[in-house]
Amino acid sequence: MTAKRTISILVTNHPGVLARVAGLFSRRGYNIDSIAVGRTEEPLVSRMTIVLEADKATGEQLIKQLNKLVDTVKVSDVTDDATVERELALIKVAADSSNRSEILQIISIFRAKIVDVSEKAAIIEATGDESKISALIELLRPYGIKELVRTGKIAMVRTGN
Amino acid sequence: MRTITGAQAVVESLIAEGVEVVFGYPGGAVLPLYDVLYSSPLRHILTRHEQGAIHAADGYARATGKVGVCIATSGPGATNLVTGIANAYMDSIPVVAFTGQVATNAIGTDAFQEADITGITLPITKHNWLVKDVRELPSIIKKAFHIASTGRPGPVLIDLPKDVQTATLDYSYPEEVDIPSYKPTYHGHPRQIAQVVRALLKAEKPLLYLGGGVISSGASELVRRIAELLGIPVTTTMMGLGAFPSSHELSLGMLGMHGTAAANLAVTGTDLLVAVGARFDDRVTGKISTFAPNAKIIHIDIDPAEIGKNLTSHIPVVGDVKLVLTEVLAGLEVNKAKVEKLAGRRQSWVEQVKKWQEEYPMTYQLGEQIKPQQVIQLISELVGDKAVIATEVGQNQMWTAQYYPFEEPRTLISSGGLGTMGFGLPAAIGAQVGRPDKIVVDIAGDGSILMNSQEMATAKCENIPVKVVILNNSYLGMVRQWQEFFFDCRYSCVNLEGGTPDFVKLAEAYGWLGRRVSDPAQLKDVLAEVLNHPGPAMLDVVIDRGENVLPMVPPGGELSKMIFGKEGDK
Repeated sequence: MTAKRTISILVTNHPGVLARVAGLFSRRGYNIDSIAVGRTEEPLVSRMTIVLEADKATGEQLIKQLNKLVDTVKVSDVTDDATVERELALIKVAADSSNRSEILQIISIFRAKIVDVSEKAAIIEATGDESKISALIELLRPYGIKELVRTGKIAMVRTGN
Repeated sequence: MRTITGAQAVVESLIAEGVEVVFGYPGGAVLPLYDVLYSSPLRHILTRHEQGAIHAADGYARATGKVGVCIATSGPGATNLVTGIANAYMDSIPVVAFTGQVATNAIGTDAFQEADITGITLPITKHNWLVKDVRELPSIIKKAFHIASTGRPGPVLIDLPKDVQTATLDYSYPEEVDIPSYKPTYHGHPRQIAQVVRALLKAEKPLLYLGGGVISSGASELVRRIAELLGIPVTTTMMGLGAFPSSHELSLGMLGMHGTAAANLAVTGTDLLVAVGARFDDRVTGKISTFAPNAKIIHIDIDPAEIGKNLTSHIPVVGDVKLVLTEVLAGLEVNKAKVEKLAGRRQSWVEQVKKWQEEYPMTYQLGEQIKPQQVIQLISELVGDKAVIATEVGQNQMWTAQYYPFEEPRTLISSGGLGTMGFGLPAAIGAQVGRPDKIVVDIAGDGSILMNSQEMATAKCENIPVKVVILNNSYLGMVRQWQEFFFDCRYSCVNLEGGTPDFVKLAEAYGWLGRRVSDPAQLKDVLAEVLNHPGPAMLDVVIDRGENVLPMVPPGGELSKMIFGKEGDK
């Protein structure tokens, strides 16, 4: 049974390391849902958070393959761990004076905010876990979404007691 | 510390690594490196194609256990290495390839002879580097040799921009290497090893299944001791041929698509399959759901990613085969009493396996024309323990795997995973360079030999006395065989009649000895003449065109359902 899996990878900051990781996914036939990459507290190490659709065995095989890359420091499947997960989305929605206040009401429930506004459209910034972002998008869809950017999920394992 | 150029640093680093020979082909972007080679003690062997250089480095590595080294220029020189790199990657062979690259300021501009070779070889190297700072060169070379030769070995590539080769650095070669993100597991987990010992002491129908990992880890002797101690029959993959003496009474020969019936029936009947340095390749398993259906499976391998990749094993052990088996043997030896008690319980299994061997021996019919199998058996009779055998890919390779009695590791040089036609001759050249004490014979087909026959010039110029024996059926024989079996005898694009060169003249044109034989009565004498010739020699053996490689398990079929003869005779 396939399900969404979240893989967290620490890699050394060498040129081409993203290509190595992404190449491994395509070569072994895995589809990436989302990928987010950025620096960490260690200047020479980056973290990639990758979400993909896979069953458990495939996920295990993928982690082993990722571990084989010389540039990977650590790979973990955090799907079943207690994590804080966030994604940021920018949504440009058609909004004029007739419906702007309605849209404002919707986004305030989601603690999202308008970061740019013009006569015909507004850009909304929203953060949250994937399902929250998706729910907001669905509610805004009837107004007409002109453009949408999502960062892909980042995740951090909670500190246990 | 001395101030030298990047090119000098490459050569000094190679010498520091103990490299004695490199295979290569010069070009614009590696001119600074070749300028240093001009006056260096390294032996450089000029091949006639970059593909020849990488296969020769690969063959050298397989025959000696050392790291093979090759050099090519940028662009087409580098891309010509690609097949050879993939070949070494699939068979886990330690090779370090150096490629020239356009100067750093020209990278990305589509400059003359520019190719993104680190990008191209990402999925077929264990690791690769584009060197942008000459000061990093010594540590990169140190890491390259370390990564290529440790853990699960494999090819690495170092791309050297021309200006990096001419830039200077304060040179010193690092004595140690530390790559925090690269730490192979060598010692098996004690709990897993204890489980292996327990399983071996319990099984009634155990079977050892050896792969190339036994050879690369140098564990042949250990495997033999364990097999003998417990009386376990042994089968090997093609890559594992030589890991266990084929003359040994416990040897069942190769398993899989063209394996022996006894080996395939033993896999189907065993209650404990011990896979050692093997990876359950589809050519070995056939239909995976029916492979070893009654067995508990032990899988010992240094690469954790192989565990559970194709088949779920019951007792996985990640570690170096030699170190793991040393522990297993120690565990068995403290249980001497149990081991002795076992012998009786296993008697019927050993007898059953022997019965299969007697019932289904590897045979073929002699005829008026020469049969390829008899050529291979004669080669072994004539040169025996002095030989290293290389093969091309196709029927020639499978007949060799079936009929040549390999006794020692590193005596078969053959392209396993990738199945690269044209591998045999350059690989034989590399093997001969590494093992001048051996008679190196490339058993070829009339199709594959033409894929790298230009390397005959290399052998001549460098006095490399390889022998090539062509099993000539004027067909792309293995493809023809599949068309006969699975495509209703529609022989599409496999008939080479009328287009094959006169191999005797070809040999002579390159300054080799060339001979042809088609009469079975003359075969032995002509073969002896060729094999004993002091220089490179080629023998064109005209064989029975219709001969097939048998037995055969159809692709994706069950190992217990083999084809033994022509149509209907299954």
